[in-house]
Amino acid sequence: MNTVKIMSAEDLNRTYVRFAHQFLEPHDNPGQLALIGMQTRGVYMGKHIIEIMEQELDYKPDFGVLDVTFYRDDFRTRLKMPQVRVTEIPFDLYDRDIVLIDDVLYTGRTVRAAMDALMDYGRPRSIKFCCMVDRGHRELPICADYVGTKLPTHVQEEVRVKVKELDDEDAVYVVQNAEEDEE
Amino acid sequence: MDEKLKGLKDSDYDFPHKHLLGLADYSKEDILYVLDQAKYFREILDRPVPKVPTLRDKTIVNLFYENSTRTRLSFELAQKRMGADVVNFSTGSSSVKKGETLKDTIRNISSMKIDMVVVRHESPGVPHFLTRCVNAAIINAGDGAHEHPTQALLDMFTMRTLYPDLTGKNIAIIGDIEHSRVVRSNIVGLLKLGADVTICGPRTMMPAYVNELGANVSHNLDETLAWCDVAMALRIQLERQEEGTELFPSIREYHQTFGITMEHLEKYPDFTIMHPGPVNRGVEMDSEVADSDRSIILSQVTNGVAVRMAILYLLSGGTRV
Repeated sequence: MNTVKIMSAEDLNRTYVRFAHQFLEPHDNPGQLALIGMQTRGVYMGKHIIEIMEQELDYKPDFGVLDVTFYRDDFRTRLKMPQVRVTEIPFDLYDRDIVLIDDVLYTGRTVRAAMDALMDYGRPRSIKFCCMVDRGHRELPICADYVGTKLPTHVQEEVRVKVKELDDEDAVYVVQNAEEDEE
Repeated sequence: MDEKLKGLKDSDYDFPHKHLLGLADYSKEDILYVLDQAKYFREILDRPVPKVPTLRDKTIVNLFYENSTRTRLSFELAQKRMGADVVNFSTGSSSVKKGETLKDTIRNISSMKIDMVVVRHESPGVPHFLTRCVNAAIINAGDGAHEHPTQALLDMFTMRTLYPDLTGKNIAIIGDIEHSRVVRSNIVGLLKLGADVTICGPRTMMPAYVNELGANVSHNLDETLAWCDVAMALRIQLERQEEGTELFPSIREYHQTFGITMEHLEKYPDFTIMHPGPVNRGVEMDSEVADSDRSIILSQVTNGVAVRMAILYLLSGGTRV
């Protein structure tokens, strides 16, 4: 097993700053914007981006947390049921411009599930998708609107986005010939 | 913000069960895992569209050999909120009247490709028996006077909304202990979670092996209410009060000795009231007590749907029958 560091804490932070500006850029009325972090690492990414928005841009958008377990399409192939995590969207989605945030874009199935979930909460005006790493190998017609880095990978490789709060460091790694499939 | 991030840490708890036959089979960790997961299912019920497609490929049969309103509605609602296909079976309108055995009934139903069975039966052990007849996940919705695990889980879930850690909390269960499966499941579960349990009721309503249950026994309601954090009154099964089989002289006398009144609420200001339902107003408790702000009976009912959704979810893994 061979591990390569693709992004450092500094790289990640620079990308968060870029995201913060990009999210706000198209909005005359930033009150329209709301961020939703996807469990688990997307939540921490969202939190970083909002901190930067508050500090540098003096604006704090609404923030929600989404767990898509209920909407996944891979139950039939599983023996154990995945753990369910918190979903909390403390604002009305109606007519909002939502940015969904996740760590890695891979098959696109999680994003599909997230869109289904959001539609059950209300009717947003638009949904955009932001990921730190786009590693390719899509199985659905989905693409990201905001991308940290595009990284052509092999299917056997695994991309791990680490966040300080859970993994004691901010970094992105590629693990070659990972034994376990990434979720 | 930090509030939201609670409970986000990855935990790879491996829920080891295929069935829910009784809480006796579940460890403390299993019970806490179910109760923790149920919190996230509770949230679904407050959504604008309170329905998720998680179990849309599952077919569940509700096999009720005994009458039930609340439990069956609660299960059916939980199943539909999770997107499952539901078939209901009750003895009144089925071939049981034509003399079909339980085993034949379940094997026939099972041939129709079902994934889970929720069963209530007047004989203890029927859910265990069914696990040997079919390959579906079995959920016990009450078997005789043995166990009623989902009721105990929803009771514990509701208690944990008041006291997140039940260790050392004083829980009183008052009423007909002998005929109650709710008590048995609750005692087993609450003791595993570290709570202190007292059962309180007339001697005629205590089972013979009462000391083996592991709970304290009291026959004094005032003492019990002064001691407890939560008082759960049980339904007095009036249908059992036929002439010659009375367990107490009169309903009026039962109410005077073991009924919770407004005076009790004033005298002991700290305990909360629960009841598995249906309440006999004026017997186990005064009507005003059931409706007071100390009573959380209706949130028990709401939580029941969430807890059952969590159980259905956790047991729905595995391959199709």
